[in-house]
Amino acid sequence: MPAIGNAQLKLLERLSNACAVSGDEGEVRKIVLAEIEGRADEIKVDALGNVLAIKKGSERKRLRVMLSAHMDEVGFMLVADDGEGIFRFEVIGSIDPRQLPGKAVLVGRDHTPGVIGARPIHLTTADERKRAIPVDSLRIDLGPGGKAKPGDRATFATPFRRVGPSLLGKALDNRLGVATLIELLRNAPPNVDLLAAFTVQEEIGLRGAKVAAFALDPDLGIAVDATPAHDQPSWDGEPAPFYNTRLGLGPALYVADRATLSDPRLVRWLTDSAEAAGLPYQIRQPGGGGTDAGAIHRARAGVPAVSVSVPHRYPHTAASLARLDDWKNTLALLHTALTRLTPAVLAGER
Amino acid sequence: MPELIPFLKDLLSAPGLSIHEGPVAELIRTRWAPLVDEISLSRLGSLHARRKGSAAEPRPSILIATHMDAIGLMVTRIEDGFLHLAQVGGVDARVLPGQLVTVHGRQDLPGVVIQPSPRLLPPGFEENPVPLEHLLVDTGLLPRRVNELVRVGDLVSFAQPPLELAGETIAGHTLDNRASVAALTVCLETLQNRPHAWDVWAVATVAEEVGLIGAYTSTFQLRPTLVIVLDVTFAKGPGANEWNTFPLGKGPTLVMGANMHPALHKALKDLADKLEIPYAVEYAPTHSGTDASATQVTAEGIPSAVIGIPLRYMHTPVEVVAVKDIRRAGRLLAEFIAGLTPDFMDKITWDD
Amino acid sequence: MKSLIQKLTETFSPSGYENAIREVIRREVEPLADELRVDALGNLIARKGPSTGSGPAKGKKRLMLAAHMDEIGLIATHIDENGFVRFTGIGGIRPQALTGGRVRFVNGAAGVIGIERLSDPSKAPTLEQCFIDVGATSPKDCPVKVGDVCGFDRPFLDLGRRLVAKAMDDRIGCAVLIETLRALESTPHEVYFVFTTQEEVGLRGAHTAAFGVEPEIGLSVDVTGTGDTPKGSRMAVSLGKGPAIKVKDSGMLSDPRLVAWMCAGAEKARLPYQREVLEGGTTDAMAMQVSRAGVPAGCLSIPSRYIHSPSEMVDYEDVQNAVKLLTALVSKPIEW
Ligand SMILES: [Zn+2]
Ligand SMILES: [Zn+2]
Repeated sequence: MPAIGNAQLKLLERLSNACAVSGDEGEVRKIVLAEIEGRADEIKVDALGNVLAIKKGSERKRLRVMLSAHMDEVGFMLVADDGEGIFRFEVIGSIDPRQLPGKAVLVGRDHTPGVIGARPIHLTTADERKRAIPVDSLRIDLGPGGKAKPGDRATFATPFRRVGPSLLGKALDNRLGVATLIELLRNAPPNVDLLAAFTVQEEIGLRGAKVAAFALDPDLGIAVDATPAHDQPSWDGEPAPFYNTRLGLGPALYVADRATLSDPRLVRWLTDSAEAAGLPYQIRQPGGGGTDAGAIHRARAGVPAVSVSVPHRYPHTAASLARLDDWKNTLALLHTALTRLTPAVLAGER
Repeated sequence: MPELIPFLKDLLSAPGLSIHEGPVAELIRTRWAPLVDEISLSRLGSLHARRKGSAAEPRPSILIATHMDAIGLMVTRIEDGFLHLAQVGGVDARVLPGQLVTVHGRQDLPGVVIQPSPRLLPPGFEENPVPLEHLLVDTGLLPRRVNELVRVGDLVSFAQPPLELAGETIAGHTLDNRASVAALTVCLETLQNRPHAWDVWAVATVAEEVGLIGAYTSTFQLRPTLVIVLDVTFAKGPGANEWNTFPLGKGPTLVMGANMHPALHKALKDLADKLEIPYAVEYAPTHSGTDASATQVTAEGIPSAVIGIPLRYMHTPVEVVAVKDIRRAGRLLAEFIAGLTPDFMDKITWDD
Repeated sequence: MKSLIQKLTETFSPSGYENAIREVIRREVEPLADELRVDALGNLIARKGPSTGSGPAKGKKRLMLAAHMDEIGLIATHIDENGFVRFTGIGGIRPQALTGGRVRFVNGAAGVIGIERLSDPSKAPTLEQCFIDVGATSPKDCPVKVGDVCGFDRPFLDLGRRLVAKAMDDRIGCAVLIETLRALESTPHEVYFVFTTQEEVGLRGAHTAAFGVEPEIGLSVDVTGTGDTPKGSRMAVSLGKGPAIKVKDSGMLSDPRLVAWMCAGAEKARLPYQREVLEGGTTDAMAMQVSRAGVPAGCLSIPSRYIHSPSEMVDYEDVQNAVKLLTALVSKPIEW
């Protein structure tokens, strides 16, 4: 039974602090490869940079289950050198432009520090302050002579830390999933073939998962990700009917998002597993968003798929926040469900 | 070697809107057939031409994708002899009024896109651009004759003939992406005198403008080891001087970003440096906006690269391209192919 | 055929939850098909005609005919403290078609759609401003939980030549496929009648079914809009002038060879037809076209008014002519 202790928290810290913007996942890939070395029967890096690891079970009649966790995070790419260490940039993935001004960033493989500034308030008009600052008027500033070049990626610079029962850092979406998948691979149950895909380019179109699912050709797929928790008070003090998930209620199981209608057989299997093990879970509110499951279930002639996510607040910003207990319970639920996974789960028709 | 410019002009004049590429495919087939070992059409009409390499079987292969489809218009409805229109591919309705077109009815008919008088339009169009739903084609024929010759779903293509402008530049419609087809032709011609180890699939894809359909399907069928996509990109010019535009006539672009394999991109850059072929690096952080978005994610994933040919006024009937850039792109491609060693894939890794 | 259409349209099966409609269709096609299977996404695939084993022959093709069996619906997102159900849409839901509507959940529960007081009553509400009242007073006595799905509840209406129902999109296509299968005495082709899932959320069933079936020709049968209602959208398709042969919609350009084949087939059989260019919406044909190494694809459309409302209307003669045309097309060799 895998557990989350200091070693796992240290790993999460390294993963969160690593920079791996979609299309340039090398830094996280390196950590993953080192962590899973010798823990799988087969490990390879594919044409897009996905890490695919296969851990075969030992029992008879095993299902081939693909677990996918995306390694990439949202961020920036420098696209033009304005001189004096100042660079124009483009946003990669969905980041609310209002999250950008006044932030520290890390640029390139060497994590060169930089900032995204804003016009001094003194020079702005009241009217101007009512409008969002457009991205194309913002720059990344490394200081005069700062070393970088167009094509370099950049991320928010927030260092990972623990605060009481919570975890705070950048890119918890989806380093929580990556860390979870590493633990599952290390503790793979013997009744399944575990096909682990640490995927790339999820944030810009589920590209890694698409080719990974084609290559692995699994019997079923589970995306392990982080999902927003909008469980803050609403402006009018009324109870809000739209919150997606809530911190502290356990792993979030998907029924429907914009990319996938989860296979009901798998949702039932997960809820049954949670109830049997006395683990908490919550149904993520059906609605928008999407995970790697969106690509997995459409692979080849179709793959039953579902998503399990760790709830976290303030996704795709400089500082997101999750509860340690939710992460622990997500890992526990996935592991216990996998140990209960038999061909009977998929025996009937969807 | 037949002349490039007359061939390019033929390419521009050949009809071939998305999914209806038959005529232009035939023109390209005629030109490529003597340059390759085998040539055929895919089930959707993409042209697949193979030059066999000299390496031992199983030989690696490189697929060069150039889409051959054109954007244009389609008849949605006929009203009193006037034709209502929908777009095929992305057309800016603001360039349409006064445009000469060919209506591909039971026979080809000349026509002109007309902007009805503001008095015939809902309020607000005295000065504002008139959207496609209100533009019409007038063929000059009487309604009865139009009803005989034209049906709902008939295609309408731009009739602007190609022009040679100063400085060895060409203007015309559909230079996106027939300019790249011409560059690939240059590449195939250059390879006549150059041995190469890898198989080369020269592919003219269908229906890029409406969803990269040829790229998805041809890549799936041929399963190449590598893909290079050749497409046009934005040239600097009036109204376009941003970071994502590149000088006309100063060489092709080599595109880097999430759709492109970094090692393949670097190999092309190194080669261009070595050959002293001028180029610019183009940054496409998320989407390349080309067939590479499809080729990269086909099957288990295929390392892809993109070479861009700078072009002004994209998706208008007067796109402008420098012939020099076409030749450079073709030469770079040929040299790259000739330099592919049997073990080249050992270099296409993720060196983190 | 009308009673079949009634049975099909009165079944509740929103996208992703097609069990009920699959059972209804299975009972119809089981005695008619040479082979029947259900794939991972729940597509029901019925083969008629010689399978690949008999080898290739001139004029013989592997065809996939697709009609989607899912319908648009709603999915519960939240049960509030007074037992009201908040929801979001499955597929293209138009809020203006919701007010006062009744819904039926897959688990049998029923309810009515209410809306919040609008600050501007002249504007259509957003989905977030709507809720379902199932007669509950608290989450405890609410028969619905988060994630439950429902469809619109509206009985089939027979107006003689015109038929009205919810989910006519695309149960009418399913009816056309079933009747074609019934009418088809013999075919030189290997024909797959595929009742697809999850079309309304992105052609997902057709995407995987096409991969599995590997057709050489793909044809969807689905509804299309019309331009024949007062001050409606302007489109050269009318109810009652025959099934429509699609040239283009907003997601796909039909393969010109298929368009020509279908038009010629209609003319030869002296059946009325219309050529269609649809500016909003697409069909399973889009997914088939780009499958594997590519599939020449097209669509036979049933003209329909008020699509994606709980009262979609078709013309019975158009429907019957669609069956005749499709039967004629697939009974003969295809020479291109
Ligand atoms: Zn994520
Ligand atoms: Zn439909």
